[in-house]
Amino acid sequence: MTTIQKKSALPGQSNPIAHLTEADIEQIGVELDAIRQDVLDSRGASDAAYIRKVIDRQRKIELGSRAVLLFSAFPPAWVLGTAGLSIAKILDNMEIGHNILHGQWDWMRDPKIHSSTWEWDMASPAAQWKHSHNEVHHTYTNVVGKDNDLGYGIMRVDEDQTWAPFHLGQPIWCFINAVFFEYGIAAYDLDLGAVIKKKQTKDPEFRARAKQVLNKIRKQATKDYVVHPALSIPTGSFLPTLAANVTANIVRNLWSNSIILCGHFPEGVETFEKRSIEGETKGDWYVRQMLGSANISGSKALHLMSGNLSHQIEHHLFPDLPSNRYAEIAPKVQALFEKYDLTYCARPLVPQVYSAWHKVVRLSLPNGWLKTTNAKNAPQQLGILYKMATGDRRTRRLLGRKLESESRAAA
Amino acid sequence: MTTTLEPPAGSTRRSRRLGDHLVRVAEAATTPYLPADFMDLFAPLRSGADLRGRIEAVHAETADAATIVIRPGADWAGHVPGQYLRIGIDVDGVRQWRAYSLTHGPRRDGRISITVKAVPGGLVSNHLIHRAEPGTLVHLEQAAGEFVLPPAGGKFLMVTAGSGITPVIGMLRNLFPSTDDGVLRPARSADHDIVVVHVAPSHPDSIFIRDLEALDAAGAIRLVARYDDEHGVLDVDDLADLVPDLADRTTLACGPAGLLDALAAHHEAAGVTLTTEQFRTARVEPGDGGTLSFTSGTTLELDGATPILDAAEEAGVLMPSGCRMGICMGCVLPLREGSVRDLRNGAITTAVPGETGAIKVQTCISAAAGPCHIDH
Repeated sequence: MTTIQKKSALPGQSNPIAHLTEADIEQIGVELDAIRQDVLDSRGASDAAYIRKVIDRQRKIELGSRAVLLFSAFPPAWVLGTAGLSIAKILDNMEIGHNILHGQWDWMRDPKIHSSTWEWDMASPAAQWKHSHNEVHHTYTNVVGKDNDLGYGIMRVDEDQTWAPFHLGQPIWCFINAVFFEYGIAAYDLDLGAVIKKKQTKDPEFRARAKQVLNKIRKQATKDYVVHPALSIPTGSFLPTLAANVTANIVRNLWSNSIILCGHFPEGVETFEKRSIEGETKGDWYVRQMLGSANISGSKALHLMSGNLSHQIEHHLFPDLPSNRYAEIAPKVQALFEKYDLTYCARPLVPQVYSAWHKVVRLSLPNGWLKTTNAKNAPQQLGILYKMATGDRRTRRLLGRKLESESRAAA
Repeated sequence: MTTTLEPPAGSTRRSRRLGDHLVRVAEAATTPYLPADFMDLFAPLRSGADLRGRIEAVHAETADAATIVIRPGADWAGHVPGQYLRIGIDVDGVRQWRAYSLTHGPRRDGRISITVKAVPGGLVSNHLIHRAEPGTLVHLEQAAGEFVLPPAGGKFLMVTAGSGITPVIGMLRNLFPSTDDGVLRPARSADHDIVVVHVAPSHPDSIFIRDLEALDAAGAIRLVARYDDEHGVLDVDDLADLVPDLADRTTLACGPAGLLDALAAHHEAAGVTLTTEQFRTARVEPGDGGTLSFTSGTTLELDGATPILDAAEEAGVLMPSGCRMGICMGCVLPLREGSVRDLRNGAITTAVPGETGAIKVQTCISAAAGPCHIDH
């Protein structure tokens, strides 16, 4: 039995890889390695020109937008400048920062565009983000309890996790987290929740890292909320420029949060248990990435603005390949999914975001509740929910079982 | 802009303080980037920027050699003929550094030039000669090198082979400028008595041979050209016949390692002074496993299959690490010299001091491929 097959098949869920043998999984690994090698062999001047061009345009958009915002008391200037600044911040974080920090461009040996030297327009210092993202999230993708990106430690992400009344609030937390996403990321890069829980806030190593984060936040906030508004004072645009920076940061936060939710949270994406990854082979790892990620289909502009995380599946299989090549290998990867009868989860942006939020809401409720609720029985169902939310553990268990069996019967 | 008047000290301090404030505001406005990152978009050659240059022209010298004319950035500090410069250029998207001799003395138009001869299989030389386009931005370091003529003059023998002529031609052009009216012999070069023994595979393959012949014809130098196809490969023991007053001369030599080694042995035996210049360092072919040394002093014997990270940790070295599967870049360390093999696909990465600079490698998926040195 391969490790992924250890994933216990819940009632109503089927094991998506029951039909694969160990040899199949190994062969998938071989074929994916070959796709990776093809890109490595053809990587060159045009790829380097691509990232330099994106950086060049991003900086010019940022400069231009900030210049326009010096006159932001004039409403059209505010709109143009805010839109431009939002785009600049999104490009900085997604196509440029995220991908450079993955080491996708290290092969160019350009000390200015290198994972070890890059910083980005973000609350989280690059070094800390690299640890939590590249090391933890990409290694333990979608492993419940190991992968912070999965619910960020505050959300119920799988039916397997026992429902508790406080989960009812998760759509709200999830939205608040989206609005303040950059600070949320900084907090879980710091592993703040666990540190507070374990009462380790006095630990000198933690203090040093917290200081780096605060320092970075201070610099970012000074730039966006003090320096640029102050530079706009001569045109009477202090407050409009301040508002423009706040807006651009929130737009960037909501956008990157949506893209990231789409990557691992839509319906149809698998999560894994800690014990399921013991003794995992390279092939198993690849298959976990294939099943644990989802793509967004759309235009070239969408791919660019998402940092090519619209090709989340390809990115998770090959996190260090240059992002501009994901589109080109996507058909090969998709063909591999078809060959081995696996589901390549890809939808346009709006359905994918809807799907992710639907799952957030569904999991905030007891298993089966949403499925068994319709307009007619809504009052009774709300009654059950109220009892579950206020009752003791035994009540929750009994009512929960009832809901699950009803939902199975409905299916 | 220059000012000739010395302003009062107080005002200097004030203006310096004002300047510091402005720099701080500019930095606060551009963080996490630097103001320079934005200025580089528009003026990469400005004063204060990292030293860069722009290729202005590529002139073919022979079928496999070309002179590259470069406009250096505003901070170029000038050079002395015979010095070399290190140039970084992106070949197939990868930054490569090489050293080339400057082939002119200081020019009035401020341009500098290097003459490059194609090395068989040479990545950078072939790129510069055949593919480099005018307009390309290159990265530079200030001129360096002790391979220069004493301005006081004297009796010299210059032994050059192949592209080893380039630092020498830089010195000669400076001493004896070539004009439409022929070769000039300014007063500053009156005390230079120079013999050039130039070795090349054949006459047509010899870069700058026309310049050398013109200098010889004008009596500025004595040229002894030796072509392998005509005269056979030069034997250093024949030098005394070619240059009878060899012992009175200071020898400057530039060429491949074999020739320089032979000359060194010959001159030591004869008790004659020798200054040499060599650009291409000897390379070790990548092997399987090898000795790994860290800057900290630790030395390890590695096989070709164990990741450097694992072996170093096993030996008690405190290593940065991350995912241990080649994804997170948490383990990268600079490879100063030597070769490592990517265990995932067998790709070899080689660092050559002075050419590639230190290359950051992922230690968790790299094994030693020959002797290597890592900064850690």
